Amino acid sequence: MSEVKFSKEHEWITVDGEIATIGITKHATEMLGDIVFAELPEKGSSVEKDGTAGVVESTKAASDVYTPISGEVVDTNQSIVDDPSKINTDPEGSAWFFKLKIKDKSEMDSLMNRTEYEKFAKESAS
Amino acid sequence: MEVKKTSLFNLHQKNGAKFVEFAGYQMPIQYKEGIIEEHKYTRAHSGIFDVSHMGQLFITGSDDLTKELEKIFPTDLTNLSINKSKYSFLMNDNAGIHDDLIITKVQNGFMIILNAACKENDFKIIEKKLDKKFDLKIREDLSLIALQGPEAKYVLEKIIPQSNNLKFMHGNSFSFEDINIYITRSGYTGEDGFEISIDNSKVESFVEILLKNGSKLIGLGARDTLRLEAGLCLYGHDLNETISPIEANLKWAISKNRINSNFPGSNIIKKQIDEGVEKIRVGIKPETKAIAREKTKIFDQNDKLIGNVTSGTFGPSVQGSIAMGYVTNNYSSSNTKVYLEVRGKKIPANVCDLPFYKKNYVKGETNVRS
Repeated sequence: MSEVKFSKEHEWITVDGEIATIGITKHATEMLGDIVFAELPEKGSSVEKDGTAGVVESTKAASDVYTPISGEVVDTNQSIVDDPSKINTDPEGSAWFFKLKIKDKSEMDSLMNRTEYEKFAKESAS
Repeated sequence: MEVKKTSLFNLHQKNGAKFVEFAGYQMPIQYKEGIIEEHKYTRAHSGIFDVSHMGQLFITGSDDLTKELEKIFPTDLTNLSINKSKYSFLMNDNAGIHDDLIITKVQNGFMIILNAACKENDFKIIEKKLDKKFDLKIREDLSLIALQGPEAKYVLEKIIPQSNNLKFMHGNSFSFEDINIYITRSGYTGEDGFEISIDNSKVESFVEILLKNGSKLIGLGARDTLRLEAGLCLYGHDLNETISPIEANLKWAISKNRINSNFPGSNIIKKQIDEGVEKIRVGIKPETKAIAREKTKIFDQNDKLIGNVTSGTFGPSVQGSIAMGYVTNNYSSSNTKVYLEVRGKKIPANVCDLPFYKKNYVKGETNVRS
């Protein structure tokens, strides 16, 4: 499993061979507040880097979830649809959103590592 | 214009509040535990809401004040006994609502609690309509605290021993330390509770005691989910200057013996009562978890636009998506199937009775929402 990478839209991504797992960061969940609804992309659909690939709703507002890289959706996490509060409790673990068959690994190059992301998140929050 | 702070600002900050600007005030939207936990704590125990941004208007004067105010409000004030409260409206000549408010009869006059975003405009309207001999004042020196929930009476009783004798929609003066405070048994969460009007200089120490007695501070976020579960309207969303109380399904708040008298919009109110209305406020329960926010379009099964949502959220106590909105009258009966357009998809939903969440108020008069 590769190092975890992060996007400016507050998604995280890990890669295992051809398959990437994507979710939203703890920082994102803290900004959103209590999450009460999650909508995931359809299995078998293709998503494009930086395109919409889902929705989360908190008690306050709805937010789009973007995909940091392109690919075909091979799996989605039904457990967060059934119990969206899991996204608040374990955002960077069991509450992943979807898995992609990666189209172009070079799209990973522009993403941030943890240190860079934490700096980015801190700056964008202030 | 500078953003105002309430006298509890520092206490909110100390308790980890996240602030938002609301009606020109820095108000706590939530504290550390978040909206859902705050909501549930209020329903299970008790919660403290800083509503000091709301206007506390006092109108005092001679005996003919009551008759003069009845020309402005559709409420029977003549038979309102001292320390009793009524839900009412300030309306325009088309029966559109400038504000929804609570009127309480007090010594020498009336106290009227106004929505924060409306209070300055309300003041101007009422001042213009009233004779100069009456004294009109929004008391900026007073804070307003709501204490809500099944344990509210026990928490308050520890500081104000006689407060639990108050009946619903009744108020009275009590002493706290060396000052007088005014407490009514009322609120806007669907729970038993109180609203406490207290001098700015004392409000922090008063709230500190409530906190020590087991209550918690609750933000505007949970206030919104609580009131929506209780089927209560939020001004500026579910009510505005183009909606009448009859359309808002709040006919019960127009005093029966006032329907044939004169007040702003009285002709239209009477006509709407006699002939019915074209659109009416209803509860809506989506069949999925998707949330239908304000302005969501409502369709019938033939894709005909029949209305729109005015409030929608996740109800933590009913554990699901809930909404209120206006639909064409012939779609307003319970269990009518409707469709909500959320992000381009049509979500099936059912018109339902309000409230979504029901709890008994302490008896004293018929329920405010009977």
